[in-house]
Amino acid sequence: MQQPAIQVRNLRKSFSKRSGFRKKSELWAVDDVSFSVGQGETYGLLGPNGSGKSSLIRILSTLLIADSGYVEMLGLTLPEQADEVRRIIGRVSVDAAFYKKLSARENLLYTALLYGQNAREAERHVMQILEQLGMENTKFSTPLEEMSRGMQQKISIARALMVNPPLLLLDEPTTGLDPKSRRDVQSFLEDLQSREGTTILLTTHDMAEAERLCARIGFLAHGKLVAEGTATQLMQRAGTATLDDAFIRLTGEELVEDEEMAMVED
Amino acid sequence: MMEATLRQTWAFLFRGWHLTRRYIGWVVVFNFYAFVTSATVAMIGVAQKDTQLTLTLVIGALLWNYLSRLYEEISMSIAYERWEGTLEYTFMAPVSRAVHLLSVSLYSLLNSIVTSVIVLVGLMLFTDLNLRGANLLGVLLVLAVSTVAFVGLGLFAAVFPVMSAERGAEATHIFQGSLLLVSGVYYPIEVLPAWLQPLSKISPATYTLSACRKLFGVGDSASTAEHLAGAPLSAVTHELLVLALMGAILLPLGLVVFVRIEAWAKKTGKLKRTG
Repeated sequence: MQQPAIQVRNLRKSFSKRSGFRKKSELWAVDDVSFSVGQGETYGLLGPNGSGKSSLIRILSTLLIADSGYVEMLGLTLPEQADEVRRIIGRVSVDAAFYKKLSARENLLYTALLYGQNAREAERHVMQILEQLGMENTKFSTPLEEMSRGMQQKISIARALMVNPPLLLLDEPTTGLDPKSRRDVQSFLEDLQSREGTTILLTTHDMAEAERLCARIGFLAHGKLVAEGTATQLMQRAGTATLDDAFIRLTGEELVEDEEMAMVED
Repeated sequence: MMEATLRQTWAFLFRGWHLTRRYIGWVVVFNFYAFVTSATVAMIGVAQKDTQLTLTLVIGALLWNYLSRLYEEISMSIAYERWEGTLEYTFMAPVSRAVHLLSVSLYSLLNSIVTSVIVLVGLMLFTDLNLRGANLLGVLLVLAVSTVAFVGLGLFAAVFPVMSAERGAEATHIFQGSLLLVSGVYYPIEVLPAWLQPLSKISPATYTLSACRKLFGVGDSASTAEHLAGAPLSAVTHELLVLALMGAILLPLGLVVFVRIEAWAKKTGKLKRTG
């Protein structure tokens, strides 16, 4: 049997939260989560804000160190082999963080150089990616601050892909995008997955997106993985006609914001 | 491997150059302000018609501009990355922290040199100081040795923004202000309250200023407005040794502390984006 690209076992992460003078309470952002993602598979994590999706992605991105549990990515374990893991992952977060005064070109070339790439080759590669994402070449020299959120997110995806990572960690990549940009990004990810065989871990609020892109889906609620399977399996298990209803039935909650947990995770 | 490291170093210089370009208005303002504050201080000596006092103040202003700019650029580069949210992406890149921080320091050094040259030219225009007789090569050597110590201090200060985006930037400025107070930039440290004077002993700027003033001939009765009696390098051996020792300790220690704080921030979730 082929080794999974991502293996997560009994992963736990808590945050301390001050509640009143000198009192601290523990909030479990990720609570005993286990799952695996096959090579070339697109796996979706669905949950409301504060359910632990971003914390999970941040642990896999080496930006957060788990309290306990086991994480293996393409044979490399975290946090022990974090330096090596950084070479095989690309991450897109919900908020596209860039030097906003710099142009897309300057931001992307900076990233290419940071990864030790040849700037000229990287520029050629990134132009292809942006073209596939439906972005005009003329925008390449525009400062990020003058771009729409949709365009910024496309630049963010190009940044994650320009180093050809075999693993892609996408944290709500289409949240806040207009329908056209959302479709562009989704089509691009489908194409990428079928063309390059990239393994994708995707978090989203969007049930339709999860159904369209993900071979399997995991439902997260209050840091726990409460159910997983294909969209059809989840709907069958819940006895519902839609994935939305299956989520409500299996997690006992709707995809609405949980402000308290959203405060402690990104 | 070497090629990749050189590209990574170039990445930080490339980023720094383009940010400077995009913020050129502010760069001009900061340099103008650095020049004006230095000239204002130097004018105190000119008004007193006291060459020694003018020279003391000019050296203080010039060196403080160089050292504090170097320190501030290094520490604030991390704060800036926190504000933009890009620090996470730098931490996710396969670049060693030593290459990251030393490259940032290299760009900061280039910036500090530019500011210092602007301030120096401005001060020469505002005062009729004649630097003939000063041991300028000795001054450059002292500055080179001090630079290592100040890069180390900058790295120490850079951990504050990792710990907290806003509070961290505040802490770096408090630390910078404290250095200005205790290092004898514009006055001899002996005039400080006795309880503050021990602190001046642990500031690298104290030794830099002391050495440079000797090399310019400040305090030497043989120095005149026409010809300074700059001391030979042997006269500042003590300062050079102390500065070299401070650099040898502060630079690697600054790197180690930064790496430790980065690990702490990843354990406690302090890296999340703000602003």
